[in-house]
Amino acid sequence: MNRGPLLFLGLFAAFASAFAGLILAPQLQIGRQAARVIESTDQLYPTKRPGQAAQGLEVYRSLGCAECHSQQVRGYGGDLDRGWGKRISVAQDFLYDSPVMLGSLRAGPDLANVGARKPDATWHLLHLYNPKVTVPGSPMPRYPFLFEKRKLRPGQPGSPEALPVKELKGTEGEETYEIIPKPSATALVAYLLNLQAEISLFEAPIPLPKTNAPLADASATNAGSATNIPAASVTDTNAATSAPPPAPVK
Amino acid sequence: MSVPDPSTVASPPPATRPDPVPRDAAAEIDASCRWPLLLLWIGALKWLALGTVLSLLANIKFHSPDFLADCSWLTYGRVRPAALNALLYGFASPAGIGVLLWMLSRLGGVRLNYQVPIFTSALVWNFGVLIGVLGILGGDTTGFEWLEMPGYASPILFVAFLLLTLCALVNFHYRAERSLYVSQWYLLAAVFCFPWIYSAANYLLVFDPVRGTLQAAIAAWFGNNLLGLWLTPIGLAAIFYFIPKLTGRPLYNYWLAVFGFWTLVVFTNWSGLTPLIGGPVPRWMPSTSVVANLLLVVPLVAVALNWHLTAKGELHKARNDLVLRFVLAGAACYLLAGLLGILLGLREVSGVTQFTFVPVARTQLALHGFIGLTLFGCLYHILPRVTGIEWPSARLIRIHFWASIGGVGLMFLALTIGGVLQGFRMKNPNAEFVPIARSLIPFVGNATIGWVALLAGQVALGGNLFGLLRRYCEKSCPVCEWLKCCGKSAAGRNP
Repeated sequence: MNRGPLLFLGLFAAFASAFAGLILAPQLQIGRQAARVIESTDQLYPTKRPGQAAQGLEVYRSLGCAECHSQQVRGYGGDLDRGWGKRISVAQDFLYDSPVMLGSLRAGPDLANVGARKPDATWHLLHLYNPKVTVPGSPMPRYPFLFEKRKLRPGQPGSPEALPVKELKGTEGEETYEIIPKPSATALVAYLLNLQAEISLFEAPIPLPKTNAPLADASATNAGSATNIPAASVTDTNAATSAPPPAPVK
Repeated sequence: MSVPDPSTVASPPPATRPDPVPRDAAAEIDASCRWPLLLLWIGALKWLALGTVLSLLANIKFHSPDFLADCSWLTYGRVRPAALNALLYGFASPAGIGVLLWMLSRLGGVRLNYQVPIFTSALVWNFGVLIGVLGILGGDTTGFEWLEMPGYASPILFVAFLLLTLCALVNFHYRAERSLYVSQWYLLAAVFCFPWIYSAANYLLVFDPVRGTLQAAIAAWFGNNLLGLWLTPIGLAAIFYFIPKLTGRPLYNYWLAVFGFWTLVVFTNWSGLTPLIGGPVPRWMPSTSVVANLLLVVPLVAVALNWHLTAKGELHKARNDLVLRFVLAGAACYLLAGLLGILLGLREVSGVTQFTFVPVARTQLALHGFIGLTLFGCLYHILPRVTGIEWPSARLIRIHFWASIGGVGLMFLALTIGGVLQGFRMKNPNAEFVPIARSLIPFVGNATIGWVALLAGQVALGGNLFGLLRRYCEKSCPVCEWLKCCGKSAAGRNP
């Protein structure tokens, strides 16, 4: 190994082959994936995030939310049972996101389906302003810089968009304050509410729930069928290879 | 430039001793490295201190979330990546480049020329890191782990790197000693790796992003290679250099080193996608990397055997030789971090440790244990040689060593134990989430103590370096020396 050129060629071969295998081949397989019509609902999935939610993704990136929150539901490890998602996350869910922030640490809960789990915008705003108000004991930091603290004149009625919690409207001495979310806060909340993976896909069907509790929206159409595959999808044999095993019905 | 002697080119014997240069020539080469190394290392140490302070801040913010919460520039999600980038690009990379320049010159038996371009690019690099870290704190992060620096900072780093390595490679080309020692292969692999992965990842993620979860795959590939094929080869080069040199024994087996080198390069390249296990990508992608990651046990054993059989019976020298002590500790951390990396890539283990603090602990062990300790060993060995001044205090070196060992050990143990507990608790879907998240706090608190210890060690290093530089300035005027040095370099003649 005394020849520079030989070393160079060997290194080139090693790097190029791995690059072809790990980056180029996936690009050929999923790089041109597009939104597709879901047969059971006749709707395109996914759709682009609406303007405010798209801005919210930028806030999410900028604040580094992904340092503590993942956005991927796995088929094991308690993710589904914990209720973080109705089905596993698949590539189809992320087509219009850039950057895609799957996250690598769960110091906070997974957010892949947070819009469906917590559909209340006010809850999210309060949570961002002071997480301990909505989730007692939460170790999440506050984001007061996403809000404006506005002084109220005596007798002036509060703004409609102000946070609706008495102790936050609080008085300091004679003066009354209200907390108004800045545009970045409303955008971030719009994005969080838009984080929904509720549509059953062929490669990621929504499994049957464990309990006999009444089912919500999308999965309700499948509740009566014997399999956990949406009616639009193909046969049982195909499903058995691609789908996680259906949860046993108690 | 000198023309290589044809007789040595014909069939040089495999080099198993890292010391081909006679003593007086070596002194000349060392002196030629003085200014580039001082500039690169002082810049690197500045970022090391800053990165450590930022890491400390991020850690404190984790267990006391209200600390400095009112400022968007200091929110946890920005401080943590800023700290990591300062350590990766501000400290480890330029310090590694310094080692690379010195080692390539020394092993090639050639003085380091092109001082002015090296100087310029080192300054540009530091400027790029500054812009990048400020960009992250200001909210312009790209959102990709280890590649957070915004698109207006990364080209600066890239250009500076190309210029630096161009100088290193041209200088390497004109080397007097033609046969290559193991360390040189690793250094060349590192030089080959960085421009490839940095340009590809920035292009495909920031400038012309690919679609969907492929982005996550590229980011994972980049992060794996940045640690595994840019920083790791520099550390391994240093260990392969210092173990034979300081124990006074030739490398145990040349062909074992060749085997270890190529298996490491190939398997590390393919092992990048293990973080995507269970993730929203086609199954075969992480599976391929799981296999390659498991195969990394082959180079790990090859390298460990070679080190062990080289140093066998000579380890007592580490009692008095502080450089050897740093390097051996770095080597031990490499083996431990490597083994842990292999374990974390197994699906069964990943089922518990994914999304916990265990991978973080492993990264810290690799970065501060393996890379950090090895680079400090290099620094303690090389700086007295290039300046001609001994370290003022051996005691401060000892303090630095034990503080680093204690800090890394505490941080690693705390985060690993906390992470494993977190992983097992998360597997139980009926366990409330908030108590699990809160249960991490004491472990992160212990890691904070580890960071304080690391910082204390760095202060000891800084004091020692300050003393060394003051003695140097008392001996000779640095400005005149530097001008003389640049003049020699401009003449561009090798001895």
